[in-house]
Amino acid sequence: VFLGYFTERPYQDREADWYRSSAPMLDLTLSNGVIDPRIQADLYHRYFDEKLYVEEMGFDGVMLNAHHATPFCMGGGPMNIEAGILARITERVKIVLLGNVLPIWDDPLWLVEELGMIDVLSRGRLVSGWVRGTGRESMAHNAQPPYNWERFQEAHDFIVKAWTTPGPFRWEGEHYQYRYVNPWVRPYQQPHPPIWVPGAISRATVQWAARHRYVYVMLDSQLHLTRQVFDIYAEEAARCGYEAGPQHLGYMFRVHVDDTEEKAYETGRRLIEGPGNLFLDGSRGQANVWAQTLPGMSPRQPRDILPTIQHLQAASARGILAAAAKADSGAPDEPEELSEEEYQRRRYEIWDDVLGRYAAIVGTPDSVLPRIRHVLETLRPGNVFFWHGDGDMTHEDAMRGIRYMGEHVLPAVREMGDELGLASAFEIDPQTNAPFAPAPAAD
Amino acid sequence: MSGEEAAVAAPAAIAERGVEVAGLLVHLCERGEGERLVVLHHSTGPLWGPLHDELAGRFAVTAPDMPGYGKSTRPLSARHPSHLAVLLNQLLGLERADRVHLVGLGLGGWVAAEMAASSQERLASLTLVGAAGIRPREGFIHDPMAEGWIAYAQRGFADRARFAEVFGERPAQDVVDVWDYSREMTARVTWRPWMWSLQLPDLLRGVRTRTLVAWGERDEIVPVDCAHQYVEALPDARLAVVAGAGHALDLERPAELAGLIFDFAGVS
Repeated sequence: VFLGYFTERPYQDREADWYRSSAPMLDLTLSNGVIDPRIQADLYHRYFDEKLYVEEMGFDGVMLNAHHATPFCMGGGPMNIEAGILARITERVKIVLLGNVLPIWDDPLWLVEELGMIDVLSRGRLVSGWVRGTGRESMAHNAQPPYNWERFQEAHDFIVKAWTTPGPFRWEGEHYQYRYVNPWVRPYQQPHPPIWVPGAISRATVQWAARHRYVYVMLDSQLHLTRQVFDIYAEEAARCGYEAGPQHLGYMFRVHVDDTEEKAYETGRRLIEGPGNLFLDGSRGQANVWAQTLPGMSPRQPRDILPTIQHLQAASARGILAAAAKADSGAPDEPEELSEEEYQRRRYEIWDDVLGRYAAIVGTPDSVLPRIRHVLETLRPGNVFFWHGDGDMTHEDAMRGIRYMGEHVLPAVREMGDELGLASAFEIDPQTNAPFAPAPAAD
Repeated sequence: MSGEEAAVAAPAAIAERGVEVAGLLVHLCERGEGERLVVLHHSTGPLWGPLHDELAGRFAVTAPDMPGYGKSTRPLSARHPSHLAVLLNQLLGLERADRVHLVGLGLGGWVAAEMAASSQERLASLTLVGAAGIRPREGFIHDPMAEGWIAYAQRGFADRARFAEVFGERPAQDVVDVWDYSREMTARVTWRPWMWSLQLPDLLRGVRTRTLVAWGERDEIVPVDCAHQYVEALPDARLAVVAGAGHALDLERPAELAGLIFDFAGVS
């Protein structure tokens, strides 16, 4: 099994009013005027320090993502720069980008060049994921949403060709045109870096990933619904004449390990506090459903939407569910006036619910293992990410959790993976289903 | 039945038909008699409303679902309102329609202006109502992408009570479905820039068609400055600003707007 580590790199400012407010953090409303660049500098350094420690403690990979114009992820524009830095300062871990938002790039040749360089600099440690992005990404970079899916596919085809076909060549596509494609970098990994695709809403994206035999990664959803999505992948794989296995599947969930159960429960709870991802289970944020499901971006029919928890948002914004009527008041509901006591009571209730659905697993090194095993047995992913260090978590919390994971949890989960036959995409080639040749022993 | 009731003729039904234009079906609603008057709808999609009824009292009104909207086939390669204008000009050609009074509402106003810019010969008059298509010198054409359909439609009315009269407190699901489907088509043909064309004002300087530019004084969608720019660009245009009204003049003040059009067309 492949064990990766992920954090969204949130912008944390515990003294700020917006950060301390008990009102929902509304999507697309917080001004970047609140940013203190000195705090941001410390945070960028912190997140790199944590990734170095992640490598030291034995994880196989670090994952980066990109959300734009939001405090919950500082990797929007800089993700590939972060990856470039990691390519130089780390030595062993895979650098997994999940991923570049293809449709918002008007010039995907930049991606060919940047990602090619990262792969070369890291001597072949790049995993290049592609995503379609949420509406905020299209809003932030003003990409025309009805063509999101077309642009995703064409940019992908172009980038793969540019990585694999000696130039110069010409490209006259529907959305991208080039006179002269001849980037002066070629991927270190041949024919090109592994391509992984995360998803949450679109059935078409899962099927597309399966047709290309790309690893498909589900992010923090309910287990039985995720299982259904993996079944969609497997069905498409069967139609394409191959059998999908754990090497084709990835899953990410929140994990925190600490000194005691009580400390793990309280510290782990910080994962859903602070400027956590608005779209995910337990977040205190409130997404703007209209901006998240821009016209033509997500499917109109329920049959085209994945059965995951996130689908509710897309469906309601599309008028598919009656909830749309309630939501369409022009602005999010006014937050209720809550006493601090009542607010905290509700937050704990939400946290307990998140834990109950295995959307997060917290505990001591021993107590988390059976729950992690339950997730792995249920979903059988060969590629696993622990989501950690996020939301309101401090550097000290993160480092402590990483240490416990490295010292106790990873070795046990590796054994679990072997026992359950969860081969990663680096053990069995998803393109061929044949085992990779073992790396030659060092002299 | 009393004699008085019998004297009131029931309004003619709205006739519907489809015309094939460049291999695409264009759906039309029609009513009335007289000179041909074509009404192009807002970005929110086709709606036979009170303005259409008023106009049908004196004109043969044709209200097409613009290509890609309503029951008309979606032209997948269309990327700009001028592409819809080409198809609609082809429609007028197929219909052998001469001396057409062309009325465009909102986005339909932009399409109507593009039609005039590329093929003015068929037009007897042009009426642009809260028309998009020109970049305001101050402010912006409102962007609805972070708000719901209902909130956006409400914004078209200076008098929100009138919105409720037209659509009810809670618009019916089939109306909302039309707004949803239409928003997607609108986003296919205008996005960057949002709702304006750099070329259009220059092209309009060659349009000799008599034009009425009608605007709600309190238009929250397309700033009134765009009305002034239309009048400045078009050689034979006059301006009518309706005091206290919003963007959707056709729904908020249908009789008043119809009166302006009748006066302008000389059919009062």
